[in-house]
Amino acid sequence: MELRRKDLLGIADLSPEEINLILDTAASLKEISTRPIKKVPTLRGRTVVTLFYEPSTRTRMSFEIAAKRLSADTVNLTVSASSAVKGETLADTAANLEAMQPDLLIIRHMASGAPHFLARRLKCGVINAGDGLHEHPTQALLDLLTVREAKGRLDGLKVAIIGDIAHSRVARSNIHGFTKMGSEVIVAGPATLLPPHLESLGVKVCHSLEEAVTGADVIMMLRLQLERMEQMFFSTLREYSAQFGLAPRHLALARKDVIVMHPGPMNRGVEISPEVADGPHSVILQQVTNGVAVRMAVMLLLIGGEKG
Amino acid sequence: MSLLITGGLVVDPSQNLEEPRDLLLEGGRVAALEPPGAIPRQDRRVLDATGLVVAPGLIDMHVHLREPGEEYKETIETGTRAAAQGGFTAVACMPNTWPVNDNASITRYILDRAQARGSTRVYPVGAISVGSRGETLCEYADLKAAGCVALSDDGRPVMNSLLMRRALEYAKTFDLPIISHAEDLNLRADGVMHEGLVSVRLGLKGIPASAEEVMVYRDILLARLTGGRLHLAHVSTAESVAIIRAAKAAGLKVTAETAPHYFSLTDEAVLGFDTNAKVNPPLRSEGDRLAVIEGLRDGTLDAVASDHAPHSVLEKDVEFAEAAFGIIGLETSLGLTLRLVHAGKISLGRAIALLSTNPARILGVPGGTLAVGAPADLTLIDLNREWIVDPTRFASKSKNCPFGGWRLKGKAVMTMVQGNINWTEMECLG
Repeated sequence: MELRRKDLLGIADLSPEEINLILDTAASLKEISTRPIKKVPTLRGRTVVTLFYEPSTRTRMSFEIAAKRLSADTVNLTVSASSAVKGETLADTAANLEAMQPDLLIIRHMASGAPHFLARRLKCGVINAGDGLHEHPTQALLDLLTVREAKGRLDGLKVAIIGDIAHSRVARSNIHGFTKMGSEVIVAGPATLLPPHLESLGVKVCHSLEEAVTGADVIMMLRLQLERMEQMFFSTLREYSAQFGLAPRHLALARKDVIVMHPGPMNRGVEISPEVADGPHSVILQQVTNGVAVRMAVMLLLIGGEKG
Repeated sequence: MSLLITGGLVVDPSQNLEEPRDLLLEGGRVAALEPPGAIPRQDRRVLDATGLVVAPGLIDMHVHLREPGEEYKETIETGTRAAAQGGFTAVACMPNTWPVNDNASITRYILDRAQARGSTRVYPVGAISVGSRGETLCEYADLKAAGCVALSDDGRPVMNSLLMRRALEYAKTFDLPIISHAEDLNLRADGVMHEGLVSVRLGLKGIPASAEEVMVYRDILLARLTGGRLHLAHVSTAESVAIIRAAKAAGLKVTAETAPHYFSLTDEAVLGFDTNAKVNPPLRSEGDRLAVIEGLRDGTLDAVASDHAPHSVLEKDVEFAEAAFGIIGLETSLGLTLRLVHAGKISLGRAIALLSTNPARILGVPGGTLAVGAPADLTLIDLNREWIVDPTRFASKSKNCPFGGWRLKGKAVMTMVQGNINWTEMECLG
């Protein structure tokens, strides 16, 4: 089986069958990472380039480890935003990379749609590793895998996503992913951080953490970017934390076997209390482990077959 | 030299006329307008306009010709050629050139270039404030004497309400209209498209409709306060239309225009991150689009103006957030407006009023009429000619058009300024 597509740009354009294929493949690849010699030759001779216009350690490293475990050659290019402004255009950067004939380009960019811009121009496959406020598809896939492992299913679950939805590509991709797979998604946050027309994505919208987590099977906390305060999106960290920070008392409202997720990096004591982050309901580190498996699966499905 | 135009359907809203008429042009003016056959042919040159609409020359009251300063995007020569091919005999060009048209010498430069290289009449619009920086007033008397027909800080909206008040008052002294680019820059923030269903999906920062509406309302209140002549540019939202409708009902001297993309497209055109659909104000919702059409129909909106905004691939072939705002429109404006006529939304007479008679009246310039004695500026239109929009064949230097591949019905086939044919696709001149 392989994905019949050149690129992975977002969850919005994936079918539930494609999502299941990726998750099943990822599940079967997890075992490789537990071996003493964590490497299979599947992508030997293939070249994978990561092109990151935003600082990221864990996502880039996760992609790199995934590629190496499949024996692909990896090259990492980090472009600081300031030098990109002065330097060449994205189209030129892409053309130059293409000339070196990579098999796969993994891009993170602050502009929504930048991976789509590249995918239209390049013959090689493109994986979106996060574009602006738009999508972060591999994050949503690893979240889906983590939930499926914990719950045994995705349909019929109640998933609460809490925090800065407006500026979160993780939230957008997860909203598409969970609703496609039959979960019920409820989002909560201050109205300033919930974009208008959010309901059109098929989610329930509320302004109360308590309401959102009541009866939830899954609670996903989003990272609050601290600079939003100066941008008038909320008053103070103290108030944000009091209203929308997840604490042990909230877990009592959720289902007994609720799991708590966070895409990282966490602001401990802001959106999530240390007791919850490190507590028995937390699956935050499983998410990281599954990130490698999901990224291996996506690379394999995009360039592992005959097409390449 | 005289020219007799026979057999055409003369559509002239200034005379409430939509009848077959023969038209005699002499000395650059309309010399006679009579029922078919009533004007003797004698030895006159005759132009057979059978099957065509003969309209007063179309006037696009809102274009960006980019000269001086950004000649790689457009020049007065290429922009007016695009205008002529699109059926226009006159354009009003906005002052956000480099340098800004905020003094008489720039105005005279534009007019000199238009005289030397232009295919249409060119009416410069002067800046409201020096450098369009929103700080101090320009010399309006000087600008008018040099040839400016209106004032605007288009593209760089006047955020300071006191300055806008003073501009409306000071311009009143010289009987110049103020053309308002109504946009609250703080509300727009770093938005790049309409805030709505599509922006939430694409993760692009939104520009709420209210960023326009609060300024439409502010400027109407200031027009009421000052008695100044206010014209609202590129109206794009349902609530703006409603506010203007109420202001007109209250008897205020307010006029308004919209652009073809606001009645032809919605924010869904941005899906796929097409930078040619990035424009300011942004393409709005379907409800807004329908309200704009209703405003055109019921007279709330007075004019269709293209807001022709050329940009090169340097500004458009980039990430969506980085791309420049703007759509070119001179060569599609008539065709898109006639789409409304063919769909039965507005009458043919109304379309010509929106594209010719009303812009002439608002700017106080000649034209917009084929009454005897008026300048012989006219546009011949084949209403039933079907054509496919192909930006690569445009006269404009820039190609940032979201309508490529559209099949349109209705096209200008000849434009004439002061009796001289300055562009035509017609073969036979008898």
